[in-house]
Amino acid sequence: MQTEQLIKMANQIGDFFEAEPNQSQAQEDIANHLNRFWTLDMRRQLAAYAKEKNGTGLHQQVISAISTHLKV
Amino acid sequence: MDDIKYKANVDYGTPKSVAEKQVTLNIDGVDISVPEGTSIMHAAQLAGVTVPKLCATDSLEPFGSCRLCLVEIEGRRGYPASCTTSCVEGIKVHTQTPKLADIRRGVMELYISDHPLDCLTCATNGDCELQDMAGAVGLREVRYGYDGENHLSSAKDESNPYFTFDPSKCIVCSRCVRACEETQGTFALTIEGRGFGSKVSAGNKDFLESECVSCGACVQACPTATLIEKTVIEAGVPEHSITTTCAYCGVGCSFNAEMKGEEVVRMTPNKDGGANHGHACVKGRFAWGYATHKDRMIKPMIRKRITDPWQEVSWDEAINYAASEIKRIEAKYGKDAMGGITSSRCTNEEVYVTQKLVRAVFGTNNVDTCARVCHSPTGYGLKQTLGESAGTQTFDSVMKSDVIMIIGANPTDGHPVFASQMKRRLREGAKLIIADPRAIDLVENSPHIRADYHLNLRPGTNVALISALAHVVVTEGMVKEDFVKERCEWGSYVVWRDFVAKPENSPEALEKELGVKADTVRAAARMYATGGNAAIYYGLGVTEHSQGSTMVMGIANLAMATGNLGREGVGVNPLRGQNNVQGSCDMGSMPHEFTGYRHVSDDATRALFEAAWGRPLSSEPGLRIPNMLDLASEGRFKALYCVGEDIAQSDPNTQHVTHALENMECVIVQDLFLNETAMYAHVFFPGASFLEKSGTFTNAERRISPVRRVMTPKNSFEDWEITAKLSKALGYPMRYSHASEIMDEIAALTPTFKGVSFKKIDELGSIQWPCDDENPAGTPTMHVDEFVRGKGKFFITQYVPTTEKVNAKYPLILTTGRILSQYNVGAQTRRTKNVEWHKEDVVEIHPHDAEDRGIHEGDWVGITSRAGETVLRAKITERVQPGVIYTTFHHPESGANVITTDNSDWATNCPEFKVTAVQVTRVNQLSDWQQHYKTFSEAQIAFANKKLSKNTQQPA
Ligand code: SF4
Ligand code: SF4
Ligand code: SF4
Ligand code: FES
Repeated sequence: MQTEQLIKMANQIGDFFEAEPNQSQAQEDIANHLNRFWTLDMRRQLAAYAKEKNGTGLHQQVISAISTHLKV
Repeated sequence: MDDIKYKANVDYGTPKSVAEKQVTLNIDGVDISVPEGTSIMHAAQLAGVTVPKLCATDSLEPFGSCRLCLVEIEGRRGYPASCTTSCVEGIKVHTQTPKLADIRRGVMELYISDHPLDCLTCATNGDCELQDMAGAVGLREVRYGYDGENHLSSAKDESNPYFTFDPSKCIVCSRCVRACEETQGTFALTIEGRGFGSKVSAGNKDFLESECVSCGACVQACPTATLIEKTVIEAGVPEHSITTTCAYCGVGCSFNAEMKGEEVVRMTPNKDGGANHGHACVKGRFAWGYATHKDRMIKPMIRKRITDPWQEVSWDEAINYAASEIKRIEAKYGKDAMGGITSSRCTNEEVYVTQKLVRAVFGTNNVDTCARVCHSPTGYGLKQTLGESAGTQTFDSVMKSDVIMIIGANPTDGHPVFASQMKRRLREGAKLIIADPRAIDLVENSPHIRADYHLNLRPGTNVALISALAHVVVTEGMVKEDFVKERCEWGSYVVWRDFVAKPENSPEALEKELGVKADTVRAAARMYATGGNAAIYYGLGVTEHSQGSTMVMGIANLAMATGNLGREGVGVNPLRGQNNVQGSCDMGSMPHEFTGYRHVSDDATRALFEAAWGRPLSSEPGLRIPNMLDLASEGRFKALYCVGEDIAQSDPNTQHVTHALENMECVIVQDLFLNETAMYAHVFFPGASFLEKSGTFTNAERRISPVRRVMTPKNSFEDWEITAKLSKALGYPMRYSHASEIMDEIAALTPTFKGVSFKKIDELGSIQWPCDDENPAGTPTMHVDEFVRGKGKFFITQYVPTTEKVNAKYPLILTTGRILSQYNVGAQTRRTKNVEWHKEDVVEIHPHDAEDRGIHEGDWVGITSRAGETVLRAKITERVQPGVIYTTFHHPESGANVITTDNSDWATNCPEFKVTAVQVTRVNQLSDWQQHYKTFSEAQIAFANKKLSKNTQQPA
């Protein structure tokens, strides 16, 4: 899938959890959402992108969520 | 089969009393106890005594005009009308005395003297209350003769495509007028004139031009042949009837299919239907002719490429070809390059077997359903907050609401029968708040109803609105803290409370963003929070946004904070677009969950299904429809089994969808018609209509209702049988002999369906899930003592404006919706006479915007968005606000979805159909897409019409 599309979708998820005051909870929730609703391939592609491009263009919390809780 | 003798329905003459107190009386020597307030007529019928009547029927309040139902009460003077007289403790009633017989004969004589005596050739002969009454009162002669002044030469009104109005047969009992008022709430009919000169009038117009919405309530209420279905005139009165469920909207009306052999003569709404109580709309009651339309495809077809003509083949060949293609693609590209899509137009059983096929046989969780593009945010948002992906109430609950808030829904068009019930409650005095960018009919265009507040927000600002409403509730001290403390997670409440209380969430701060005056938002919030039982009803105007799921959670937050959950009259009520949206979601049709909303990663659930199905199952979520299409565009998704759904018309960004379809190697479409998606298919399996199969539909109130086969499938098989055949050809026989066995399997594997079976549904009429050991007859109201998730959970709903922004190039916002006479992609309704009300999709535009662009009523206008362009006719109206245009998507050539973009909800990828930035200009020809569409679809129809026989061409 087009990486831009995945970034856009991941950032939207990040935006939803942005107002959560407990940010470590937010990271867990973001990763959990991706784990529960995205296919393994999509998660892997996103994680690979985050690693390769240092998360450029990704919501800060999404980057953290990928590195801490994403199942890939 | 639940075949009952025709006319099994008893008419009790007046509505049932719901009073608790009982009174006992004696009628013709029979003692009977009835609830206080019951009419003598109703009580008599309960006691097995039929009192003659003409102006009374039990769907309407008594009127007391015909004087045929008079009775004698011992110790009382005179002859009271039994329909308007209530039972009183201890009275003794006589319904048959010589005096009463005399009076009744006199009354009938007067009626008959002004009535054409052509019973023998009359369409309702044998099914006519006037005729029955003449017999019942023993009328043998008419002393006045027939040559006095009469109405016998009055002209027939045949303008309505489905029924006729023959004033010469009218007895002016007002049943039609009252049905239009009380049952339907349209007030299209009146009695004009007085005395002998009085007559029924549709506002001095013919029916088609009048305010009439063709619901048919008046036709059903008419005791004579004055108002009668054209199908009855053509076919004669029906001889048997079978109870089934409408295949259109999420109201899920119960109907009696009234038959002559295998021919449907008429569909009569079932008085005992839990969702509709004997009412229906123009679609369900009349628009079923598509089932026998000449466009029905009844033979399977295959072809190698979509540029090839279709080849008609036997079922075995078609199934084997499809199976060989699936195997080939699996070998070449792997399991994950394949998937399936079901539709909310499928029965529960069909959805279940399709997802079983994809998960167990294709070996992937790439299965999705059309709820993806409508109510997937409902499933997500309500599960997160309340713990169950479903509406909380019954429809009847609205009769106990004091405040009704409608957000992004248009019930009079989308959910007409429920709207009639809601309108009744509103006429009784319930308050009404409407949040919608457009002035829907309920705002001020429905008789005797006016919204207290119309929050005409800018499209895309729902979440800002819900936060603003919550802000008022929280900061003005209107939270029901007791409820929150007892029923909800207090911690989540505190976080939410602090969030919405922030100044930036106040109606004043958001006034400009919303385009709604802060005072109005405040007043609406106060009314919702303090006006008594408050219920929220919402539709796709909530879900089809980039923040659709956020908004659903925001609605649940508000309902929890104000204690408006867990009893009748309140609740969070998603109005589902199609009949089986709820059901198809319940049936495990989403890529991440099994039946009953259990995630595929849950080991125990997966083990249960693996044991039952005997196949290993994946623990990873599969692709959603938009994911499948994205991958197909890139050449990585190759085979699709699409049952009953038409993604090429109903999904956003049509050109992206069709490009994806063109890129696939095996598209299998199962449908009634050669729909838009089928034009890109390689295998076509003709499907069965709802009249030709058995199964169940689950409506917006979680009501599982029976769908029953009333005629032999023209295409030879019920749809689940086709899926089972495909499964068998793929080496996995599904051993069901009847749809009921599929439901048995669902019940065995799904805790919320544990007690459901066809037998029980037939016994009870319908069942609202959860239906289990604790609730053997189902659960009308959810979350009564506690939420399904235990404690209700509040979520922060930060407003994030959509990225689909207006700018100089695209200065207007397009939003889409539906109208009453058409249904969804229109594949069914366009093939009925409903087109008389809606021949084409038009674009509504505000007079200011039209003037700026030199656009006049009826002009062709080009609508351009970032995704594409289409051309529609303009309708200039103040229903839309300046800056907003509106259209429907019932006709494929309109290309409404050529312009919608693939922006989508953050949690579910539900498309943002409701917000597209566009420009509108006057044009004089169709768009490029439309011209291409025309050529392409003509070629495809020709391919299907000129099917090649097997010998002329073989797929390579
Ligand atoms: S409406 Fe009834 S009474 Fe009148 S002609 Fe027809 S069958 Fe006879
Ligand atoms: S069909 Fe319905 S809307 Fe039309 S006049 Fe009859 S009751 Fe009224
Ligand atoms: S379309 Fe909806 S409201 Fe109309 S009859 Fe069918 S289920 Fe009822
Ligand atoms: S039925 Fe009672 S007055 Fe007509």
